[in-house]
Amino acid sequence: MSFNLLVLTCLGYVVLLFTVASAAERAAVAGRAGWLRSPMVYTLSLSVYCTAWTFYGAVGYAARSGLEFMTIYLGPTLVFVGWWVVLRKLVRIGRENRVTSIADMISARYGKSNLLGVIVTLLCIMAGTPYIALQLQSISQSFTVFVTDPTGPSLATDTTLIAFWVAVGLAFFTIAFGTRTLDANEQHPGVVTAIAVEAVVKLLALLAVGVFVVWFVATGPSDILARIDAQALPEWEIQPGRWTGLILLSAIAIICLPRMFQVTVVENTNDQHLATASWAFPLYLFLISLFVLPIAVIGMELMPAGSNPDMFMLTLPLHLGQDGLALLSFLGGFSAATSMVIVASLALATMVSNHIVVPLWLRVRAVRQRDTGDMRLLVLSVRRLSISLVLGLGYVYYVITGGSAALASIGLIAFVGVAQCLPALIGALYWRGASRNGAALGLIAGMVLWFYTLFLPSFGPEVFLSARVMESGPFDLAWLRPYSLFGLTTLDPLLHSLFWSLMVNIVAFCFGSILSFPSPIERVQGALFVDIFDRPGTARSWTRPMAEAEDLLPMAQRIFGATEAQAFFRAQAELQGKQGFLPDITPEFLEALELKLAGSVGAATAYAMLAQTVGTSVVSVDDLMAVASETAQIMEYSAQLEAKSEELTRTARKLREANEKLQTLSVQKDAFLSQISHELRTPMTSIRAFSEILMDADGMSDEEQIHFARIIHDESIRLTRLLDDLLDLSVLEHGQVQLNITTANLRELIDRAITASNSVQAERNFTLHRSRDREDVDITTDAGRLAQVFINVLSNARKYCDAADPQLRIKVKRRNGMVDVDFIDNGIGIPRDKQALIFEKFSRLTDSMQAGGAGLGLAICREIMHNLGGDITYVPGQGGAAFRVSFPMQLEARESSARPATDPAEAAE
Amino acid sequence: MQKRVLVIEDEPNISEALSFILSRNGWRVDVTADGKAALGRLYADPPDLLILDLMLPGVSGFDILRSVRACDDTRALPVLMLTAKGQAADRIEAERLGVTRFMTKPFANAEVLAAVHEMART
Repeated sequence: MSFNLLVLTCLGYVVLLFTVASAAERAAVAGRAGWLRSPMVYTLSLSVYCTAWTFYGAVGYAARSGLEFMTIYLGPTLVFVGWWVVLRKLVRIGRENRVTSIADMISARYGKSNLLGVIVTLLCIMAGTPYIALQLQSISQSFTVFVTDPTGPSLATDTTLIAFWVAVGLAFFTIAFGTRTLDANEQHPGVVTAIAVEAVVKLLALLAVGVFVVWFVATGPSDILARIDAQALPEWEIQPGRWTGLILLSAIAIICLPRMFQVTVVENTNDQHLATASWAFPLYLFLISLFVLPIAVIGMELMPAGSNPDMFMLTLPLHLGQDGLALLSFLGGFSAATSMVIVASLALATMVSNHIVVPLWLRVRAVRQRDTGDMRLLVLSVRRLSISLVLGLGYVYYVITGGSAALASIGLIAFVGVAQCLPALIGALYWRGASRNGAALGLIAGMVLWFYTLFLPSFGPEVFLSARVMESGPFDLAWLRPYSLFGLTTLDPLLHSLFWSLMVNIVAFCFGSILSFPSPIERVQGALFVDIFDRPGTARSWTRPMAEAEDLLPMAQRIFGATEAQAFFRAQAELQGKQGFLPDITPEFLEALELKLAGSVGAATAYAMLAQTVGTSVVSVDDLMAVASETAQIMEYSAQLEAKSEELTRTARKLREANEKLQTLSVQKDAFLSQISHELRTPMTSIRAFSEILMDADGMSDEEQIHFARIIHDESIRLTRLLDDLLDLSVLEHGQVQLNITTANLRELIDRAITASNSVQAERNFTLHRSRDREDVDITTDAGRLAQVFINVLSNARKYCDAADPQLRIKVKRRNGMVDVDFIDNGIGIPRDKQALIFEKFSRLTDSMQAGGAGLGLAICREIMHNLGGDITYVPGQGGAAFRVSFPMQLEARESSARPATDPAEAAE
Repeated sequence: MQKRVLVIEDEPNISEALSFILSRNGWRVDVTADGKAALGRLYADPPDLLILDLMLPGVSGFDILRSVRACDDTRALPVLMLTAKGQAADRIEAERLGVTRFMTKPFANAEVLAAVHEMART
């Protein structure tokens, strides 16, 4: 077959993969990825487990060791069927914590320790590099198989060059689809879909070769069975110890291999897919392994002695002239190798960039300068670089080892390496007491032992370890011989290494964990991981909602703010086909709400908040611990809530005060109305009674009649004056009074007031003491109003001063542009407890109706003085009643005619 | 024998009107504006009827009524209470304290006379 045709086929196939991958990416971006996220695609992507080693190597393995190759499939089968719960937990934790790799998982569980991340990354690189080299080797080997002419173009024979170009191509593919975007989930639908397609291709290829061998080379299954028996070698004998060890090893590998973790956990979109995979993946493995032994047996029968059994998949069809079948088989092997390399380099590059390059880069960067720019481009570049690095390492390894070792052994060595992650990983899932120190100790111990007892010797004698060390141990310490550590000589090197490394790993892990005290974040993460299923996060947890939307809305408002919360509730109500913003409390609604809350306060807090409000489940200590893990957000939010709550308290206090004021006002208003009623009805009573008496005036003297008529007359005047006072007061209180500001002389004003007030109890003779010089002040104010106040004060003095020889002193003082006018009589004055009362409305201290007022005089005076920018006060301790009227000498005209009605209380008084 | 009525009222014009109406109808009328002093007079020489203003200076008509009803000699004394405030709560309080009649000012003279006659008969 032409080498160019082969290259063209490969390129065509790669173009097909590109097309599939980019179509899947586009569908995913457009949200039409439903079929991509099917359980079948997931299951097929798991077949990345079956690499070139499976495709080519299993046949070689079968040729050498009989059925033992089955152990490599039995382990995963056992895991998927029997350890389904472990995988489910792993997947759930991985998805909920947005884990990006196995290193990330272990690091996250043990207090987000980057040390562990680095250890696991290094371990995986060491184990993964030979494995990638193995794939490159198998591809280049498979190319050379097709080259019939050894003197053909140099490219066709130079396996190193083929491997180089294959590595470059794969790096390009992985970069193109593995680092297209930086998704928080680290999911790559394009890659997964391409892997699924390759899974189908390699299965079809293997089945095709198998069917050809069984039904076209042999005559059927019974013939094959007979031939197998005939070919059986002594080495084919089943060794129970080795079988157990290998099954265990492959079972561990399916969990711990970085690429398996990538497809099983990181790329998983739904727990339920595992349910399908639990039977479909074992079925796939069964089909893949079904024809391995027949192909091996027929190959051994038909192929010339000395041909490499690892290449039977290709050489057998070619030998039988089935070029088409060979090409299909080649594509199958190509698929197996490329899919492994793509996923492995993707997984390893994620680890390298996340745990080694980016932290280092940030540290260097932080020292040099603060960078607040977008990290995405940086991370993507690092990721791309890491992919190239990983593939480069694989290529270099391939070049160094020269592809000498048998395919299968390289795979198993890698298995033992990644198996070191198992104790830390299982501890992460099931042991809360597991600690970072324990995990680190176990990992390092296991890694060192694996390195020494398996990895270094695998390069062959005299590469890293001399034959002497291998034979008698370093420094001639026999118990340190790499293949028989501590004198254990009964196991073959692989199981020996597995036994010691895993044993020491587990012991170190357990003791390290027990002896060290985990940090708080480790304990919180531990509880989160171990009890993942006790904290239901799905709709099923909200089975019996008891809350009303009215209860949930305020809570949501506190977190999102009123506008956003209402918009969310309204949108949810619309989804349910309801108007308004109170949706029905369905599990779906609660789930949506929880998700939204989680975006703000973290998942655990959101759950706890909803659980308390909805009341369907009790919040456990673990939930509280989970809440504690979100301390940062909670602190921030509680600070905000506190501020809001203080604001609410303030508002509530203001409202309460306003309410109290209103109630006081209401009482005052009732008292005022009652007073007015009293003041109006009293003169009315006299008027009515005497009018009725006059209506029946028989036998009444004229004097009597005139006397009664006079009473009616006086009471009418009293009524009128009362109404005048009330209206005056009302106008003054509402600031609607129009001030007539003029310049006047204070002395003249006082003269006028004295004259006016003299009519009150004119029979009493008052002695006035004045200092007329000091009264000679020019003032600018509403002189009429001021005179009204003076008249009122003077009249009161005439009415109420009870001294036998009534005297009144008028004193004028000026200070800071204000004028004080004091009116002091020589009566008994006003008792201390009444002094505050006299300026209130209807406050008459005596029963003397002869005074003739309704008790509004001083209240009016006070209002007038306020309007004039001054005040009237009672001055105690002056020997008699003493009133001080103070006002500004120059009253500025008010800008607006109305005093701003600031306080309704004053208006109603 | 001429029946006696005591009027406790601080508004002079009103007590004069009451005094005129009642004396014209054959009553002997005593008038006082001082509620506290009136109480002593009541116990010393109980009248046949008491007309009592609610709002008195220094003392409330309710206090006087309460004292009247508390004393054995005056417990059965018919009391006509007058008020200018006209609040329903006052009427209820007066009735609780055992007022005989309760009237709101301003009143019709005939109304007062009818009430007084009725109370005096029983």
